[in-house]
Amino acid sequence: MGSNLATSAATAPDFAARASIALADDGLRRKFRRAMDGLMTKRAAQFPDPEAWTSLRARGAAIRRRSLARLPQLLEQLETRCRANGIQVHWAETSADADRIIQGILTDHGVRTLIKGKSMVSEEIHLNDFLAEHSISAVESDLGEFVIQLAHETPSHIIMPCIHKSKEDVATLFRDHIPNQAYTDDVDALTATARRVLREQFAGADAGLSGVNFAIAETGTLCLVENEGNGRLSTTLPPLHVAVMGLEKVVERLEDVPPLLSLLTRSATGQAITTYVNFISSPRKEGEQDGPREVHLVLLDNGRTRIFGDPQLQETLACIRCGACMNHCPVYTRVGGHAYDAVYPGPIGKILTPQIDGLATAGDLPHASSLCGACGEVCPVAIPIPNLLVRLRGEAAHQNSASTVMGAGARHSSVEDWVWRGWRLMHQVPLFYRVATRVLTRIGNAMPASLPMLNAWTSVRTKPRFARRPLNELVRSRGFDHE
Amino acid sequence: MSNARTAILDRLRAARPAPLPVLPEWSVTIPPAERLNRFSERLEASHAEVVTSTSGHWPSLLAERLKARGNTQGSANGSSVHYPPGTHHGRCLADAWTDKPELRLVAYDQPVEVLKDTLVHRVDAAVTATRGGIAETGTLILWPSAEEPRLMSLLPPLHVALVEAKEIYGTLTEAMMVQNWSAGLPTNALLISGPSKTADIEQTLAYGVHGPKELLVIVLDP
Repeated sequence: MGSNLATSAATAPDFAARASIALADDGLRRKFRRAMDGLMTKRAAQFPDPEAWTSLRARGAAIRRRSLARLPQLLEQLETRCRANGIQVHWAETSADADRIIQGILTDHGVRTLIKGKSMVSEEIHLNDFLAEHSISAVESDLGEFVIQLAHETPSHIIMPCIHKSKEDVATLFRDHIPNQAYTDDVDALTATARRVLREQFAGADAGLSGVNFAIAETGTLCLVENEGNGRLSTTLPPLHVAVMGLEKVVERLEDVPPLLSLLTRSATGQAITTYVNFISSPRKEGEQDGPREVHLVLLDNGRTRIFGDPQLQETLACIRCGACMNHCPVYTRVGGHAYDAVYPGPIGKILTPQIDGLATAGDLPHASSLCGACGEVCPVAIPIPNLLVRLRGEAAHQNSASTVMGAGARHSSVEDWVWRGWRLMHQVPLFYRVATRVLTRIGNAMPASLPMLNAWTSVRTKPRFARRPLNELVRSRGFDHE
Repeated sequence: MSNARTAILDRLRAARPAPLPVLPEWSVTIPPAERLNRFSERLEASHAEVVTSTSGHWPSLLAERLKARGNTQGSANGSSVHYPPGTHHGRCLADAWTDKPELRLVAYDQPVEVLKDTLVHRVDAAVTATRGGIAETGTLILWPSAEEPRLMSLLPPLHVALVEAKEIYGTLTEAMMVQNWSAGLPTNALLISGPSKTADIEQTLAYGVHGPKELLVIVLDP
């Protein structure tokens, strides 16, 4: 039931409609509430000392800002060092370019089966669908990703992709899709089944694909963070490894990694460190027995250079993809990830998606927030997400030919414009103010709550009751009371 | 795609450069006296087993463990254990186990393409050295090599790792500095902090989803 509703929510026309459908799904809400409560508790336990948190966060935030401040130089340095290490570097301006580059590499090597470690960028470029059109089968090996691939769904969380699935859902999927698999909802048994099935896939795969958590310019090293070991298998067992990363993921030095790693794992899953941290600096060298013969790194732009051009919005690119903002978001917790109908859900998705896809299609996402500020408070690299949400709301509403945001002005409304002009005039000209407040105090209570435009507010709130006399009249008649 | 490279770099350079913020001071220190305890506690909290032994005694300790455990990959007779024959501890193991036919030592001395089936399906355990440990997080540092390939610590259901007590550092930063990582990293450097695990299904922890289900850490305190 839950998944049907979640799926239909994803096809509804806008966020509000999708959210309404998701909100009516009690099962879905229970699953997210439980998962988010657990993740928030675990994260809080990792940062018991506010001073330690503040200083670590300041360090991480500065590292990310320094990396961005020198982004073009660091990308060149990364490329030079990677090439010197034997890693081949490719540049992709768009999702389609990245897909074609990856398909080209795979086709050159005669790859039929690709085993994948978890990568949100590969979701962003919709790689699996593209490869399927070219007769290359991409198999997800992260347990959560494997589950949703069986269900033909998309991740509902960037760290825990199948939060919206219960163990019974997984048991049913496994029974229906894995040969000779009896129904069991025992999590250990399900995990063992995934191990058995995916081992065969690893052994038979012609290539492995991974994302990148940090790329280190100083040494030409790709750093991957995970718990399962599927990332290590994807990047070690097959003869070819293709890594794909958003070009903002580069950091300057190796010593930048420990603080960022600490912030990432503690914020994401409340772990002091993940089971595996994998530093890859080259393909298999002469005399070594394993590791891929070739390693390729694809650097993806897909709108990031445009975001980079705006000094305020550039902060979006500081993100290390921990997911803490969604774990703490009162909206995300209630509607789940699919209601956003975006690769990146939650608060970071609300600022990233409109900038990548444009405000014309994703302009409603910055409004999917109460601006409570929780996301900005927990962000381990101090991205002021609420400020950026407000900025993007403005970009969507204002027609400004100088704006660099894709689809700026897409949600411009003349009526809204006139309302605000009236509001401004009313506060600039005392006569208008007196007339307007007098009229509202006389007829305001008679206005029906269902009045068009007013009903957007009153549909979920009680209509305010107007006083019989405006405040400035009361003050005038009673005199100022300074106490 | 060199056009893409030029276009991307040109767009980045066209942006008004942001000021370069100062890096605020940050450090975590763990007093040397607390390191071994902290290291063991953290690893055990991550579902690893930590035992202390000496450089002379550990092969027999390991043999006892493996016999008690039995084979896990369903081979007919005894356990099959990957070891690095060319290293000091590999030779210690081979010398100590000459009278133990039920523990078969298998060298990983051919390319993975040749050994794939054995590696993926038939090995019960692997023994590797480490380049030390990290107390703060309960972490092993591995730099796989030609003698100790990358998959040894990943494919078998049990990974046995040897750590010298004197090589337990306070933090990752400290290990990187003392060992001068930035001067040159190997093909693959690894941090391992427990057995393979997942919580993807209803946030329920399950071990051994892809890598080892068990991690046995032997601290060598000579």
